[in-house]
Amino acid sequence: MNWLPTLFILAVAFVAVFLEGWCDLFRHWLGAQIDFLPALMVYTSLTDGLAAVILLGVCGGLWFDALSLNPLGVSVLPLLLIGLVIYHSRELLLRRHTFAQVVLGVVAGAAQPLGTLFLLLNLGCAPLLGWFSLWQWIVLAAGGGVITPLCFGLFDRLHGALDYQPAKPAAFRPDREIKRGRQ
Amino acid sequence: MLKKSHYIILVVVVVLALALLKLPVETTGKLKLAISGLFLPLFGLSGSAHELLGEARQGLTPKRELERQIEQLRRQNQEQQILLIQDASVWAENARLRGLAGWPRQSRWNVKLGRVIGRDPANWWRSMQIDLGARDGLRTNCAVLTAAGLVGRVQSVGQTRSQVIVLGDPNLRVSAIVLTNGETGVIVASSSTPEEDGMIDLDYLSGNSAVRPGQSVVTWGAGGVFPPGIPIGKIVDLRPKEYGLWTEARVKLAVNLGALEEVWVMIP
Repeated sequence: MNWLPTLFILAVAFVAVFLEGWCDLFRHWLGAQIDFLPALMVYTSLTDGLAAVILLGVCGGLWFDALSLNPLGVSVLPLLLIGLVIYHSRELLLRRHTFAQVVLGVVAGAAQPLGTLFLLLNLGCAPLLGWFSLWQWIVLAAGGGVITPLCFGLFDRLHGALDYQPAKPAAFRPDREIKRGRQ
Repeated sequence: MLKKSHYIILVVVVVLALALLKLPVETTGKLKLAISGLFLPLFGLSGSAHELLGEARQGLTPKRELERQIEQLRRQNQEQQILLIQDASVWAENARLRGLAGWPRQSRWNVKLGRVIGRDPANWWRSMQIDLGARDGLRTNCAVLTAAGLVGRVQSVGQTRSQVIVLGDPNLRVSAIVLTNGETGVIVASSSTPEEDGMIDLDYLSGNSAVRPGQSVVTWGAGGVFPPGIPIGKIVDLRPKEYGLWTEARVKLAVNLGALEEVWVMIP
């Protein structure tokens, strides 16, 4: 198995989590910080193996929680669940269609905060929730829909560069075989 | 399709994640600091980039403008020196009177300047990371402020970084007092407005409150985390709650939390 694309996705997830904390542009413009991890998870679960899905879910979730006031590990399970559901039905999903990518991104972007909030409320935490949270949820879902096709565009090219190239058809043709010796 | 070994791995991961959620707060706090330590190189990089940008901006500012600013700062400095002389005599008088009254002595604030290096990536919390840590003398619950007013308190302390919980977060409650009439209440998060609006709620004012819009709200000092007298904001409007049992006021924060670059931390 070629681990380079998986490592690259993890590196991108690491930088993405840092940027979510460091860069305030989306928060200033839209009132909500967009999460890149659901979009990355959609790509990983449709492209890579289960190991990559688990690694991204665990590492991405832990990195996110470490920079946040979230209890450590609360983002892992929703992220993992999104990845597993898509991984399980990846043969039914039209991976190459932009529309399908957008829909999956929107669903993942909407499901991730819902799952995390569900866990937070069950853990007895009191996150900041109100009518404005509805707008933030819409922004997160739309952000997932926009980022997912971009992820596919970027990582598919990278996969092409780093992955094993498909073997070209051999020049040998059985119908042109020269038979030597006596019959 | 998933194989049997895949299912086993998944169950192990899910059980570990659930176990992580059940760990004591102190342990997860340490784990969080260790994991967020991985981001140190990126924080360092962002700090260097920030400094470079500052230097570039300075290079672009005309010399005449810089000289004008230096002159202005020199005057301000002299004014502050004179105020400090007056302050010292008032401070001595206050200490003498407190001694005569048998009240405990007040100590001066020991503050340290820190730079904001990151904010909470989650939309349902209000916190930020600053570049001061245990090696700078920070401890949990240190008050964080700017010249304009209160920002929050230190939630967790690493060696070189700390996480600050900011006004407007549901986990931060501050006892506050309205300056003009002495009514007290509790500052809590306002869930209906975005962070950029800079609004929070002042709850549990009396049912027949005499508080009016425009009045200043400062820390009361009850609880021992925040010293009294730090500005919080100004009253915007009021509304009765629980059939007039108590009054809730909306407060416009004195500090623009969305544009914070540097903060002062009060070190004990």
